[in-house]
Amino acid sequence: MLAQILASLVDGILLGFVYGLAAMGLSLIWGVMRVINLSHGAIMALGMFGTYLLFTHLGLNPYLAILLMAPASLLFGFLVYGVAVHRIINAPYLSSLLATFAVNMMVIGIGTAVFTTSLYNVDFSLGTVRAGVLALPGTRLTAALAALLITAALYLFLYRTRPGKAIRAVANNRAAAELMSIPSAQVLALSFGIGTMLAALAGGLITTFFPFTILSGSGYQSKSFVICVLGGLGNPLGALLGGLILGAMEGLIPIALPVSWVPVVEFTLFVLILLIRPSGLLGART
Amino acid sequence: MILQVEQVSKRFGGLQALQDVSFTLPEGQILGLIGPNGAGKTTMFNVISGVYPPESGRVIFRGEDITARPPYEIARRGIARTHQVVRPLNELTVRQNVMVGACFGRERLSYTAAARIADEVLGRVGLAERADQLAGSLNVAQKKRLELARALASRPYLLLLDEVLAGLNPAEVASMLDLLRQIRDEGVTILMIEHVMQAVMNVSDYVIVLDYGKKIAEGTPREVANDPRVIEAYLGDPKLAAGLLEGREEG
Amino acid sequence: MKPWRQPGFWLPLLLVLVGGGVALVLRKDTLREMMFTLLMYVALASSLNILMGYTGYVNFGHIVFFGLGGYTGFYLISQHGWHLIPAALAGGLASALLAALLGLAVLRLRGAYFALATIGINEAARAFVNNFGPFGGPTGLFVNFAVYREYGGAPQALWLTYTLMVLTTLIVVGLSYWIKNSRFGLGLLAIREDEDAAMVMGVRAPTAKTLAYVVSAFFPGIIGTLFFFKNGNVEPGDAFRLQMSIEVLVMIMLGGNGTILGPVLGAAAYERLRGYLLTSPLFKSLHLAFAGLALLLIVLFIPAGLIGWLRRRFPFLRRWLE
Repeated sequence: MLAQILASLVDGILLGFVYGLAAMGLSLIWGVMRVINLSHGAIMALGMFGTYLLFTHLGLNPYLAILLMAPASLLFGFLVYGVAVHRIINAPYLSSLLATFAVNMMVIGIGTAVFTTSLYNVDFSLGTVRAGVLALPGTRLTAALAALLITAALYLFLYRTRPGKAIRAVANNRAAAELMSIPSAQVLALSFGIGTMLAALAGGLITTFFPFTILSGSGYQSKSFVICVLGGLGNPLGALLGGLILGAMEGLIPIALPVSWVPVVEFTLFVLILLIRPSGLLGART
Repeated sequence: MILQVEQVSKRFGGLQALQDVSFTLPEGQILGLIGPNGAGKTTMFNVISGVYPPESGRVIFRGEDITARPPYEIARRGIARTHQVVRPLNELTVRQNVMVGACFGRERLSYTAAARIADEVLGRVGLAERADQLAGSLNVAQKKRLELARALASRPYLLLLDEVLAGLNPAEVASMLDLLRQIRDEGVTILMIEHVMQAVMNVSDYVIVLDYGKKIAEGTPREVANDPRVIEAYLGDPKLAAGLLEGREEG
Repeated sequence: MKPWRQPGFWLPLLLVLVGGGVALVLRKDTLREMMFTLLMYVALASSLNILMGYTGYVNFGHIVFFGLGGYTGFYLISQHGWHLIPAALAGGLASALLAALLGLAVLRLRGAYFALATIGINEAARAFVNNFGPFGGPTGLFVNFAVYREYGGAPQALWLTYTLMVLTTLIVVGLSYWIKNSRFGLGLLAIREDEDAAMVMGVRAPTAKTLAYVVSAFFPGIIGTLFFFKNGNVEPGDAFRLQMSIEVLVMIMLGGNGTILGPVLGAAAYERLRGYLLTSPLFKSLHLAFAGLALLLIVLFIPAGLIGWLRRRFPFLRRWLE
């Protein structure tokens, strides 16, 4: 019994790293521009299919495929920002919700036309690592490691480079940043691009151990919301921790309750946290 | 006494915005609340109108303790206010804006009665011909008058005016002061924050001075203007204070 | 201010009455089915408009009330042999009750936080019904054909359902006019524009918002019961599609947020457009992408929607286009 709990917990936490990575993108975009990106899930799905195509048709190693997708998804993020978000960045929040949802509809619409809604998978294995009672799939371990590395890179970028510091300045106070002649349009585009990239990368990592459809993104998007609220909206590192918490919950809840109750618990918790501490469990008090 | 403020304190983080401030307002007068920027005047309004609760102290209105009541309950008891930075309901018409005051203020009028009162009040502040325009399309001076109209339409006992004269030209100031005197003569008590010194000294029956969150003086305009603490804290220059009393505009 | 003398009042009602009445006169099943779906969206959009358009609270979980109210009504019909009319009312009341309880808590959140919470509520409700035994779990509930005997056969039952749908739509549209031109509605509009300023002016915002949420939730409960009764079954996947909440939201934006005619025209236009895209072979698989493109163009270029744009552009039409 204890071994089973431990196994579920480790399993969940490994998955949590990837969840956290996806949520980090959502959290970054919210933190910098107060936009809830409803195209997040669709972009994760794009990441999944991008990895799938590079793996199946070009025979690339999936991790190499994910690496190649990074710049492409960054550019895609710029595009989405330029076309759909920039014009309404100062409009009421309903506009940005609907604009990003429109992008979601377009991506899913075209995706469904091309791929239908049937199940795909990336047939790839790294074997199993055994540690005592634990048997860990290599792909999950690698994905967790990759998520950690990407998070570290993100933090180095945000705290050690000029554009990263500009992003933090704009997130902190856009008006003040503009007075200091930080070009806020470029910074916003860059943040949206990075947020998009993180979503696509997380999508790519997920393909190495779960099958997926073009619609899979929406489930992960909902999880990202839960994670962001757990970790504090607008706090990327909090998102990683939130991801770990959610992953652990997903590992542990099925021991006590039927698996189908997991989303009930997750979303009830989500609403409760929003009510009690809208800035998130780990977020700053405001 | 229509309003008693007793030992009110309010702090924002490390900033003590109000510290043990007490004063009372007799009914039917115009009271000036003055002080340098950041003295806590608007904070005082926010505490009275229920926007935020004070840490300590009490606010008593017409014999009833209204401390930390929600703003809508305070409004219904007969306190109306304007905002220093105007807050028109942009996508509603000017008439609808004023109707909100009439419908939800002290008299809680019906929709049709409110429409009638709104037109009457708009005529009074000189916005009658703009009644069907969207409030967002007014200029700043008109928006200030709209704020006043909204407050008046609620038929308050006590009117809190936050810098209604700022940005008006001398002729507009004069007509606004006439209007305020009329309102007072109808029995409404007015507490006004003002920076246009000549005007506030001219129209007020009594003046209260705040500085760094503390009340440093109160009295008739002449007493206050001659009070050395006020001159030091606020007017800076005794010559300027003397000038004020002679009715010249502040620097 | 007698409403029946205002074109802005009777124009939307007339549209619904004529559109809904044609099928009743011609007695054609295909037309009835088409109009049922159309009116359903008109009523859903108009009811959401009371919260979103008037009060300014964006609700991504409107469909929760459709699903939960529909489940309740359908449960009473299929498991307890209730007649459609009391069951539909019960569905509406169940939704209204849920809204009252939720509203007290969730409406404290402002702006995007409220929108996020409603997404969470939608997901939680779907997951809950999936697990809730009396509602049949993931497979849902069915009606026994014997049920139709009470109405004089299945066709009669379907026509009755349709007539009720027309009636419900008329009531929602009429009510949204009445609210907009009432003291209550004025308070809601003030909350939409500036909630803090509204409270300082005496608007009892927490109560007003909750009431708007309750009214807005009552109708989807009725509509859900009618819809699932017409279909003969209900399952969680159909009842809680977040997608559908957003479609209704798009319809409002298309026609004009906060207007009365807007949601009516927006719902009709969106629904017809979708019907066309779905049947045309060229657009069949891409219809979602086109709807997305249409939405993006509206949000970017005519955020006031069709009616809002017309009112701004041609002020003399305002009396007609409320």
